[in-house]
Amino acid sequence: MASVNLLSTKGLSRSFGGIRAVENVDFELPEGQIRALIGPNGAGKSTFVGLLCGRIAASSGSVRFMDRDISNLPAHRRIALGMAYTFQITSVFARLSLYENVALAARRHIGGDRASVDREVASALERVGLTERTDQPAEDLSYGHQRLLEIAMGIAQHPKLLILDEPTQGLADSEIRQFNALVRELNAEATILLIEHNMDVVMEIADAITVLNFGEVLAEGEPEEIRRNKAVQAAYLGTD
Amino acid sequence: MDFGPYLLLASLEGAVMAAVLALTAVGLSIVFGVMRVVNVAHGEFFMLGAVFAWWVASWAVGHPAIGFVLALVLAPILVGLIASAADMIVLKRVEYDPERTIVATIGLLYIIQQVTLMTFGPEARPVQPPFNQRLALPWFEFGENGFEIIWPWGLGTTSYKLFVIAAAIAILLAVWALMSRTKLGLYMRATQLDRQMAQAFGINVERVYVSVFGFGAGLAALGAVLIVPIQQAHYLMGGDPLLLSFIVVIIGGLGSLSGTVVAAVLIGMSDGVISMFFSPTLAKILSTLLVAFILIFRPQGLFGKRAA
Amino acid sequence: MRPETKSLALHLGLLALLVIAQFVISPFHHGNLSRIMVLAVFAMGYNVLFGYVGLLSLGHALFFSAGMYGMGLAMQHLGVSALAAIAVGILSAFVLSAVVGAVALRTTGVAFMIVTLMLAQAGYLAILYFGTYTRGDEGFVIQPEFRTIAGLDLTDPTVRYFAAFLVLAVCLLLTLRLVHSSFGRVLVAIRENEERARMLGYDVFRHKLIAVVISGTLSGTAGAVYGLLFGYVGATFATVQYSILPLLWVLLGGAGTVIGPFIGTLFMFYLIDFSSGLTSAYMVVAGVVLVLLTLFAPQGLAGEVKRRLLPWLP
Repeated sequence: MASVNLLSTKGLSRSFGGIRAVENVDFELPEGQIRALIGPNGAGKSTFVGLLCGRIAASSGSVRFMDRDISNLPAHRRIALGMAYTFQITSVFARLSLYENVALAARRHIGGDRASVDREVASALERVGLTERTDQPAEDLSYGHQRLLEIAMGIAQHPKLLILDEPTQGLADSEIRQFNALVRELNAEATILLIEHNMDVVMEIADAITVLNFGEVLAEGEPEEIRRNKAVQAAYLGTD
Repeated sequence: MDFGPYLLLASLEGAVMAAVLALTAVGLSIVFGVMRVVNVAHGEFFMLGAVFAWWVASWAVGHPAIGFVLALVLAPILVGLIASAADMIVLKRVEYDPERTIVATIGLLYIIQQVTLMTFGPEARPVQPPFNQRLALPWFEFGENGFEIIWPWGLGTTSYKLFVIAAAIAILLAVWALMSRTKLGLYMRATQLDRQMAQAFGINVERVYVSVFGFGAGLAALGAVLIVPIQQAHYLMGGDPLLLSFIVVIIGGLGSLSGTVVAAVLIGMSDGVISMFFSPTLAKILSTLLVAFILIFRPQGLFGKRAA
Repeated sequence: MRPETKSLALHLGLLALLVIAQFVISPFHHGNLSRIMVLAVFAMGYNVLFGYVGLLSLGHALFFSAGMYGMGLAMQHLGVSALAAIAVGILSAFVLSAVVGAVALRTTGVAFMIVTLMLAQAGYLAILYFGTYTRGDEGFVIQPEFRTIAGLDLTDPTVRYFAAFLVLAVCLLLTLRLVHSSFGRVLVAIRENEERARMLGYDVFRHKLIAVVISGTLSGTAGAVYGLLFGYVGATFATVQYSILPLLWVLLGGAGTVIGPFIGTLFMFYLIDFSSGLTSAYMVVAGVVLVLLTLFAPQGLAGEVKRRLLPWLP
């Protein structure tokens, strides 16, 4: 393959009190791809991305990002290098305004220049379709809109790698269609790693899929391959 | 006095202090363990126990023992009721939020202390012990005549001090039995482990909280009634027990009863002994710093196990 | 008008009122207000940490007394001038808050409260222990002839009033500036959702540490100035009570507002002053106010105003 890896892991593992949540994962993510990470509940997907961005410390193994070993960097340093992470359970600044939520995401790389921050915030909110009432507190938004706000916070960081943890959870069908279009659009600037349960979304937008099961990589490949893969079907259906 | 007998004397005094401290600290520890709140007013409940003891004893007629026994029963109950009322009026309404509870109990601390100043007054007042025989203690030495038992002048204690130690042990055993052998204890432990689960099993968590807060305060009051014949009742006497209970509970491991008792004995005994070598102020500086650093580097306490 | 302009106008208005007050109020209130202005700086320092980062310290008496004793000891034992002594006081609080922050910030919530309480208690006991230099419980008086800066006699009520005013004005405007800065916004973000702030790439520990240092240094400044203006350095100012008071002032005035600490200090000072005329147990008022605030108005006075009327209040 000609493309360069933006992110890769070697032997990445994490156990919680003897239970192996992620086991010896070698993972490569080429620049520019939309990669979906799927697997049954408890397969270790969230733990795995937690290890990538440093929210969770690895028991062993290494992570490389942009040709650099980041295994020993704390979370905020990894984010500052160009990762953005949106939470599975919505985690916005509930009592702060929509504007301030996104501005906090933008200011880290822009600095205090008010005009640029304003422009950045407006453009990020525009892309997710939250242009009205930007002065109201985030807690007043519906759940689906809070998910979109999370994504806007991701966009405003201009990441090289955007990690979306179950972004379509709680979105209506029409919102999901908009979401799919948005992800494609964002893909022009960022590599995207997507944890997703909704297989329609995965099949429609992912360039490639990695399947985790019991903390290990079960299969990896293009959507069609994965769809036909017997082991994957077994894992999902719970039969052998 | 020689060093040996002096050490024995210091240990005995330390044991009396450890006994009372264990009762007070176990009260604080149970409240923290079950309710997950830090009660900053705990020292004031101790003080109230002493003040009520004086009050009850001064009403009683006849032999001092009558007043003392009445105080031993009534003072903890009264203090427990006051604490339960505070739980219902204040803590329940801040929903036991840890930080707001601390601020609210700081408020309670001042209210209790200052109302005592207004009513009881600024004087220190004594309570007569029910009995108080002096007991001389023997010591041994190897003199010219070989091993011999001597009775050094000044080496002695009182029957009341020995009673305090015995009573504290008895009460602690009773608390242990209550926690491990009764239904109320079971409810308390269940609530401590998982509040929601306890509620799901039909335990009235609110009532458990009210009882636990009252019970914890009552234990502090009980400790105070025991000590008040030795140390007079005064409206500012709550400060030291509060600080020492904090130290004991944190060293023993937050919420662990056996750890608390071990730490109380350790701190109570060593306080007397350390004060022989260092100034009491330096001893206090060292113990407060010790607590701070335990919380920072070993939050499970010296004797606790690390939580998973 | 932009929110920043509005709030600047409001705070400048408050300062203007204080200048006018100097000329119209009675000497009694005049003296009180000088004290209140310096104590309000203490409260503002406390508020930087409690109101904007959400860290509740029970040990700020340590920083206040570090400033006070740094100033007093430098004058008493090193014979430096008043202005240099103030600088020593501020520096002591700066260094101490950096050290305390570096260790105490490894904990959060209740553990942070107890750790700060214990460290402050150790500081108070240290003042008693080194009684040879500090004169222990008794404290020491700074003689009037040393209380001058650039030929201005700080024992003169008017000079003292304006000295206190100057310190308040500088600290108020600095806090206002801090709150509007990107740094201040990150502090609020940490208060609201620490994990989210970290996952936006902010170094949470560093921000908290700087906040502790700003908070402690402001508190120490208040301590140094208080000792100099009123001529007394004593261990009372290191007791738990002086850790509780700024909490009380800030809670009453409104945590997380720039103007709240001043309002809270003003009200509480007069409340305690009034009740101490009635009873020696005047601290009962502090207790009642603390309980009532936690129960009914956790936002404090300015916080309620902000919530109901002026959402732009910083």
